[in-house]
Amino acid sequence: MSAGGIKPARPFPAAARDTLGNAQMRRNLRHATTTIREKRQRAVDELPNWEALRDEAAALKDHVMAHLSEYLLELEASVQARGGQVHWARTAQEARSIVAALAQRHGAQEVIKVKSISTDEIELNAGLAAHGIHAIETDLAELIVQLAEDQPSHILVPAIHRNRAEIRELFQRKLGAELLTDDPKALADAARTYLREKFLSTTVAVSGANFAVAETGTVCVVESEGNGRMCLTMPDVLISVMGIEKVLPTWQDLAVFLRVLPRSSTAERMNPYTSFWSGVTPGDGPQEFHLVLLDNGRTDVLADDVGRQTLRCIRCSACLNVCPVYERTGGHAYGSVYPGPIGAILTPQLLQLEDENANTLPWASSLCGACYDACPVKINIPEVLLYLRGQISDAQPPSVQAAAFKVAAWVMSEPHRFEGAIKLARTGQGPLVKHGAIHALPGLLAGWTASRDLPAFPRQTFREWWRQRPAAQEHGPDRPEDTSETAGNAWEPL
Amino acid sequence: MKIDLFITCLNDAMFPRTGEATARLLERLGHEVRFNERQTCCGQMHFNSGYQHDALRLVRHFVDTFRDADVVVAPSGSCVGMVRDLYPRAAEWAHDDALLAEVQALTPRVFELSEFLVHHQGLEDVGAYYPHRVTYHQTCHAMRVLRVGDAPLRLLQRVRGLNLVALPAVDQCCGFGGTFSVKNPETSTAMLADKVQHVMSTNAEACTAGDNSCLMHIGGGLSRLQSGTRTVHLAEILASTEHEVFA
Ligand code: SF4
Repeated sequence: MSAGGIKPARPFPAAARDTLGNAQMRRNLRHATTTIREKRQRAVDELPNWEALRDEAAALKDHVMAHLSEYLLELEASVQARGGQVHWARTAQEARSIVAALAQRHGAQEVIKVKSISTDEIELNAGLAAHGIHAIETDLAELIVQLAEDQPSHILVPAIHRNRAEIRELFQRKLGAELLTDDPKALADAARTYLREKFLSTTVAVSGANFAVAETGTVCVVESEGNGRMCLTMPDVLISVMGIEKVLPTWQDLAVFLRVLPRSSTAERMNPYTSFWSGVTPGDGPQEFHLVLLDNGRTDVLADDVGRQTLRCIRCSACLNVCPVYERTGGHAYGSVYPGPIGAILTPQLLQLEDENANTLPWASSLCGACYDACPVKINIPEVLLYLRGQISDAQPPSVQAAAFKVAAWVMSEPHRFEGAIKLARTGQGPLVKHGAIHALPGLLAGWTASRDLPAFPRQTFREWWRQRPAAQEHGPDRPEDTSETAGNAWEPL
Repeated sequence: MKIDLFITCLNDAMFPRTGEATARLLERLGHEVRFNERQTCCGQMHFNSGYQHDALRLVRHFVDTFRDADVVVAPSGSCVGMVRDLYPRAAEWAHDDALLAEVQALTPRVFELSEFLVHHQGLEDVGAYYPHRVTYHQTCHAMRVLRVGDAPLRLLQRVRGLNLVALPAVDQCCGFGGTFSVKNPETSTAMLADKVQHVMSTNAEACTAGDNSCLMHIGGGLSRLQSGTRTVHLAEILASTEHEVFA
């Protein structure tokens, strides 16, 4: 089942421990992210006005967020005017029921799906299964994940953690395909044979949406394989589930996003398939169109001055591909269909900072800032991470750690207290120091020394040295007294 | 020029030699160097760990200490990043407009050492001598928050005797991240392992950077592997001359 929802089953550090131990997955991920990273950089460097485009995209999204209800109402009216129907879903549960009821009304036992992360977010596949309806993923990577009964691990490439040999084995077992090689073409052909029959025989399709244009009621999906276009045009009924933040005011606004999205996500100048549809057209394409507008926590995010920028996200996945934490832990460690840096800020916010496991995600970052640099809509992810850390800590009951930081702030806000603390530590470290370094620490800091040494406190602090200088402006001819504790450690001068 | 040193809590307590080097280097370049003993810590550790109210106490203390300084120079990209990039956030999130105004008045005068030398002073050759094979690690905050660019490299290229070797994947984080290294130790270690491999692949005698926090992390990994490669702060290389060896 590929629809995993957004509630992590475990805290990030525990989940990461498992995935870090999977060497094959780490190799697959490193290979995939390194390749796409380099390609993206080339695609971006090609555009002389990249920074201006980012600014424009961010400003447009901010404008939409500031007037979201107006544009959504306009979108609703436009869709209806063109013969489509609009449904408002406050929660994932409501959205699932709406889609299930529509499919049931048409007596569908199977629906075909265009790759869509919003339907993964609401666990639509499981929701439909509960009504006896089988959802068939038609995107190659989503299909792999679905057949493997796995979870997606990347927004754009849900099966990024798997390699060709694994996929070949899966297709042989699940699709009964006879595959002599794990050549990509052979794998794609096997999937195509299976899917073609489904496209021709299924009457209801479900999609997500990359964008929707308020003025014309047009919905847009971009994709690479053409499976999306099949789903969007062949069935009688089309149901599109879309997060409310995806609306854009005018057709012209698309121009900015269709330039920044492909370069950021697949490192292409233009993606192979861009499909638009507006309501229904008699005799052409689906004769019934439903647009489900999904909130599921988004209006709460919108209400927060700092967190709001998260809703600019166009799900390009550039931030995942540059993230050193994602590269090591993989998407599953984030426990949500939104992995990586964007997941670390979006998931806890969608859950209103009430989910204990999701609340560990803002700490799943070394704050290196690579995500912010890569983001085409300039979401300051490090800033939001820090902000959320503060919000979450504030709401937590007093802890040993919180008390320690309080004491530390008190100590460090006065120089003499700070100095006293260093002297104390210098004396206290005695038994821990071996050859000028500390190799094992107790308690909270044990995690550090499991793999790293720590230098010992030297005999003299900087301020002690400063005080004993003959005169601040006199350059002594000799080096001042050596302040290092012992010889033979990594922190000893050359 | 009158320069106020900001020696940062980690440098003061653990790496005093870096502070000494910074002081002596700036004096050698003809500046009047002062050290205001009221200074303590920029509050980054608190702020980044989610204790933003506690951090505010240190933000206010920093502003009080350096309010009257002409120029503040620190041998730490990450602490200067905290001051320049996050002090305004800290004040905003606390809805403290008075503090915000003070912060905005002070931050344009706070510099990281290499950006001060290259971008502010237009200097590349600081008269240093350091006859060793050295590789340079670009720390994330210097690179992405302060945008120091190639300032440290330009300084290193002009150090006599120094053999500068490129570090593979130089723009990759070492995995320190303050409390990240303790809260997510396995992930941090996985990042460090790659960094240490890259450093070792250069066969450098020393790995340098503008931040002792990152160097402490990388050095911790190198030390555990008994690699023989040392870590040394950029300031110590720049302060070294034929007569006075700092690093
Ligand atoms: S946060 Fe930015 S980089 Fe990450 S997926 Fe969203 S738009 Fe792309």
